[in-house]
Amino acid sequence: MSEPALLSVRNLELWYAPAVQALRGVNIDLPERQVTALIGPSGCGKSTFLKTLDRMCDLVPGVRVSGSVRYRGKEIYDPCVDVTWLRKQIGMVFQKPTPFPMSIYDNVAYGPRTHGVRDRPRLDAVVERSLRGAAIWDEVKDRLKKSALALSGGQQQRLCIARALAVEPDVLLMDEATSALDPISTSKIEELIAALKQRYTIVIVTHNMQQATRISDKCAFFLAGELIEFGDTTQLFSLPRDKRTEDYITGRFG
Amino acid sequence: MMRRTPRPLERLMGLFFSACGLTAVAFVLLISLYLILAGVPALRETGLPDFLLGRQWSPTAQRPEFGIAPFLLTSVYGAAGAVLLGAPIGLLCAVFLAKTAPPRLAAAVRPAVELLSGIPSVVYGLVGMLVLVPAVRRCFRLPDGAGLFSAILVLAVMILPSIVSVSEAALRAVPPEYEAASLALGATQIETVFRVTLPAASGGVAASVVLGVGRAIGEAMAVLMVAGNAANMPSLFKSVKFLTTAIASEMSYSSGLHRQALFSIALVLFFFIMLVNVLLNRLLKRKGG
Ligand SMILES: Nc1ncnc2c1ncn2[C@@H]1O[C@H](COP(=O)(O)OP(=O)(O)O)[C@@H](O)[C@H]1O
Ligand SMILES: [Mg+2]
Repeated sequence: MSEPALLSVRNLELWYAPAVQALRGVNIDLPERQVTALIGPSGCGKSTFLKTLDRMCDLVPGVRVSGSVRYRGKEIYDPCVDVTWLRKQIGMVFQKPTPFPMSIYDNVAYGPRTHGVRDRPRLDAVVERSLRGAAIWDEVKDRLKKSALALSGGQQQRLCIARALAVEPDVLLMDEATSALDPISTSKIEELIAALKQRYTIVIVTHNMQQATRISDKCAFFLAGELIEFGDTTQLFSLPRDKRTEDYITGRFG
Repeated sequence: MMRRTPRPLERLMGLFFSACGLTAVAFVLLISLYLILAGVPALRETGLPDFLLGRQWSPTAQRPEFGIAPFLLTSVYGAAGAVLLGAPIGLLCAVFLAKTAPPRLAAAVRPAVELLSGIPSVVYGLVGMLVLVPAVRRCFRLPDGAGLFSAILVLAVMILPSIVSVSEAALRAVPPEYEAASLALGATQIETVFRVTLPAASGGVAASVVLGVGRAIGEAMAVLMVAGNAANMPSLFKSVKFLTTAIASEMSYSSGLHRQALFSIALVLFFFIMLVNVLLNRLLKRKGG
């Protein structure tokens, strides 16, 4: 193996209800400090797969998961795993920007406070570092005490990224984080992702094939809950091994 | 093309409905007008400051005095005490119902809380009189358990249902994305409820509390049965009279200026509750907008 796998998924199956299977036998190794893009038609299970990686799928009543997901060698579905610890390591940014209805500062400080940071100078430092990390510091540094809801959609999404960075995660999951944004905000966030992969392992879901080619190192194609193909993005888009992948990326798919 | 025949019956019904609508408005106006007309003379006689701030209520004495400060303060303390006790319990009950209870347990608890609001206030009074008052007397070794403390306990239970149901609705209205975002940052469910959901629902929660204040100030029957009904300045274990119970207990034997003063108390109560309602609407609107 060329790169060590940070997240290693084996035979992962997920049912939302006894008759609703959303993931079928997924096997994948996500490499460290790279951007992996998940692509596939709507309803193929991309979001579901992402949610299995930080156990946000646990929140859905009646859900059942089988198989194995190892994070740095540790089985995350082991009953003795502390889910709050796991979610601190593996952050998530949602499709719709979801800043809390509180100040910009409090949004970013929320995670560190949750994990026990009370010291004001330390919080100040974390907030600044995270906002800089999410490339939004200059836009908000003069109004940290103002409500986060007054920001534009693109700013809100970068704030959410800053909020996720503030807990110092290892992995960042992003579910169509730019699909609700205008092109300028989108390109800002794409630049941001390129910068963040120096320090974080990033998994993104995207509907936008150009975006996948622009920003991802690896690409995974899902179809009807199955992982059809996984490989280097350049290879997957230029020389797909599977006919269904080819159909999808050339737009010959329903 | 549709043929529209003029329907006399329909027009008649329309008129009838508007008349019904107007009746409600007419009653409000009528009551307000009557209260003002009936309440002002005694205020004129005693002077508003003396009436509101006077500490002595002795309407049947040789030199009668009409100071309602004891009632006013009792109502304020009583409502405040009831809210202080009832609001935290109601709020936690709402959190339990909306967020942490297993759905089946919630389905069993919710009707029980709703039932609480359906119990007539005279029944609260009866239970208070027969169970609570003796218990308070024994617990605190008092000559008599009827007083402000017992009234506060009864009021706290009576305002519980409205606080629970309005707060629960407010909690449920918080977008689930907020909670998901908090959980995804590694917060526990309890942290999420207290640091994200409750603050986001604060408008509705505040409204539920104001609603409770309104209920507590307006309640007469149950309070009448457990408060002791002496016109003392309020103190936790003293026998007290509320604005409402002063009217209810004295109207039957009052006459002349005394009777007019009771109308003035009603007027004060009316304004008091209007104030609470204005506040309530403000809060609800701010939450909606
Ligand atoms: N909470 C849920 N309950 C039941 N079925 C769900 C739920 N969420 C998703 N599904 C179903 O699981 C499948 C995969 O959904 P999802 O992972 O959201 O797809 P994608 O993100 O690729 O569009 C879909 O068929 C969807 O209808
Ligand atoms: Mg999705």
